[in-house]
Amino acid sequence: MISNIIFLVVALVGIGLFVWQIRKIVRNINMGREKEISGNVSERINTLLLVAFGQQKMFKRPLPAVLHLFVYIGFIVINVELIEILIDGVFGTHRILGVLGPVYSVLMAINEVLGLLVIIACVIFLARRNLTNVPRLTRGPEMRAWPKMDANVILITEIVLMLALFAFNIADQKLAQLGGHQLPGAFPVSGLMVDLFGSDVSTLQVIATAGWWVHIVGILAFMNYLPSSKHFHIITSFPNVYYSKLEPKGQFSNVESITHEIKAMLDPSYVVPPAPEGADPQKFGAKDVEDLTWKQLLDSYTCTECGRCTSVCPANLTGKLLSPRKIVMDTRDRMEEKGESPLIFDPAKYTEESERVKASEERTLLRGYVTPEELWACTTCNACVESCPVNINQLSTIIDLRRFLVLEESAAPASLNTMFNNIENNGAPWAFSPSDRFNWADDLYTVSKN
Amino acid sequence: MSEKKQIQVPVMADLAARGEVPEVLFWVGCAGAFDDRYKNVTRAFVRILEHVGTKYAVLGMEETCTGDPAKRAGNEFLFQMQAMTNIATFDGYGIKTIVTACPHCFNTIKNEYPALGGNYEVIHHSTFLQNLINEGKVKIAGGGEFKGKRITFHDSCYLGRANNIYEAPREVLAALDADLVEMKRSRANGLCCGAGGAQMWKEPEPGNKDINVERAEEAIGTGATIIASACPFCMTMMADGVKSQNKEDSVQVFDIAELIAQAEGINA
Repeated sequence: MISNIIFLVVALVGIGLFVWQIRKIVRNINMGREKEISGNVSERINTLLLVAFGQQKMFKRPLPAVLHLFVYIGFIVINVELIEILIDGVFGTHRILGVLGPVYSVLMAINEVLGLLVIIACVIFLARRNLTNVPRLTRGPEMRAWPKMDANVILITEIVLMLALFAFNIADQKLAQLGGHQLPGAFPVSGLMVDLFGSDVSTLQVIATAGWWVHIVGILAFMNYLPSSKHFHIITSFPNVYYSKLEPKGQFSNVESITHEIKAMLDPSYVVPPAPEGADPQKFGAKDVEDLTWKQLLDSYTCTECGRCTSVCPANLTGKLLSPRKIVMDTRDRMEEKGESPLIFDPAKYTEESERVKASEERTLLRGYVTPEELWACTTCNACVESCPVNINQLSTIIDLRRFLVLEESAAPASLNTMFNNIENNGAPWAFSPSDRFNWADDLYTVSKN
Repeated sequence: MSEKKQIQVPVMADLAARGEVPEVLFWVGCAGAFDDRYKNVTRAFVRILEHVGTKYAVLGMEETCTGDPAKRAGNEFLFQMQAMTNIATFDGYGIKTIVTACPHCFNTIKNEYPALGGNYEVIHHSTFLQNLINEGKVKIAGGGEFKGKRITFHDSCYLGRANNIYEAPREVLAALDADLVEMKRSRANGLCCGAGGAQMWKEPEPGNKDINVERAEEAIGTGATIIASACPFCMTMMADGVKSQNKEDSVQVFDIAELIAQAEGINA
């Protein structure tokens, strides 16, 4: 009875803390500019099913895709068992879903196989990060101590959760065997190790109880770790993919305030629609996180720091400072510095500021985190956008930061200012005379075949 | 019977004066008009238009930058000024369909002009050429002079990833009956030439290699003697990259329109 009450309190505190943290994150995302993303529901659902549920883009790299699939399916299916754990925990029942008979057996059997696959996948993932040092997972200035530790914490926690579940199943089976009754369910993995913990009843009871508690308390603790971690993608991937950009990747956003300004300039009778009430006089482009849209901020909460974007970035591949992943990670760090920090992660504690950033007087996303040199290295080739398994749009943030540099600070590189001047004066990005524009057609011959 | 014939390129203002409307407006673009090497591509495409009898026109001196480099560099104001100027020109002539060889102009007019009130059917020359081949208007009997030659196609970011056009240029090349080889990074995984995002007009940021050199090495590594491109900036970058490897004598860079015009025997 006491244990039931303790369980109830632990579960309620765990869930309550999680809700409290989610509200902080929602407030952070709402710091961003409003942007209506709606319509095309069927295309959005289709994208959601393919990219988020179906993990379509993961399969560009088959090995991590298959391993990740194990963990992903394991996460979804094994959590069905959470329902049972919650009921058992609150009401003191034992394997309540056992009443489902064969269905329960199938469920348990699948869980055990998936649990084993999760452990195997996580061990390989740990090896890739810590032994073989896959470059995209370990290299780059943004892969500081915290992101590296975060990845290991996630993998080790998942292994521990699965081991606890197996320990519970093993001890529970042995206890049933000793007591001479049949345990509901089927256990293709732990069934092979029934004698692992010996046959001392009190020891087995301690192991079964501990396994059960470690598993459930571990899940509650892990849930409260998510908002501090890249692992939060297990929640944000779904809305982020649903609200993906559906337009062609080459289409950059239109700055409407500029459109109104130009139209008013060209036509004095043009009436500029009033800005939405309470809106700041909008600056052009983005200097800090509140100048980005909520979707760009959601992007940063969805990033798993997998580094696919950076590994295909032509600028990064040729030694430039730009790393698309860094820009997304910087956005999240800055958002949590400026807005609300999550429970465990305090950016001030975990961000080792580079000299470059420390030297900056401006604590804004632009310059305080992302330098102009990074931004000017981008070729807008969309390789990062194409590579992202959760449809983050790194490029849109880069362009908004560039817009601020150019439109608000006139801080474009000199050669680009020359290009702007050429367009303004000659109608071409090069210094050619507009009167020579049609010279290519002079003395143009062909071979006529009639 | 074949004879050398001069082409008088039809200008939109003249057609309008005669009350004529072309089937398509050929948007030449700044590189097409001013870049000495790339002007050959413009001429080759015009020869093809003449050869198949498409009723076309160009804007001539009335063309001005689409604003693409300004927009990629963050100068939204300059971009919109250019866009509105061009939209006024298009609409003044009642233009409905535009064909262009430049993926940057193509992307900008097709995707970014609508938000400013400019709605046109915009076709990239790779798709246009593909249609001509499919319709049998361009035949290239026996594959022409590129038959069996090893050719690799370099995807332009603004054609490929930006607009999902991967197959059209490849199908055009297939008409040459050449030995088409793919680079390891191709189609959606293609590596940028390094010129996009207004990089064409600036020195690269500090790094350990130029992007076009990285890409040219990959292209040369396929053993191809011809690198085919479908973008003026890719052409410049790839040609410079090949030169940096001292391979300009054995590896040449051509636009797909040049290859088609050459194979069809209409160059003069």
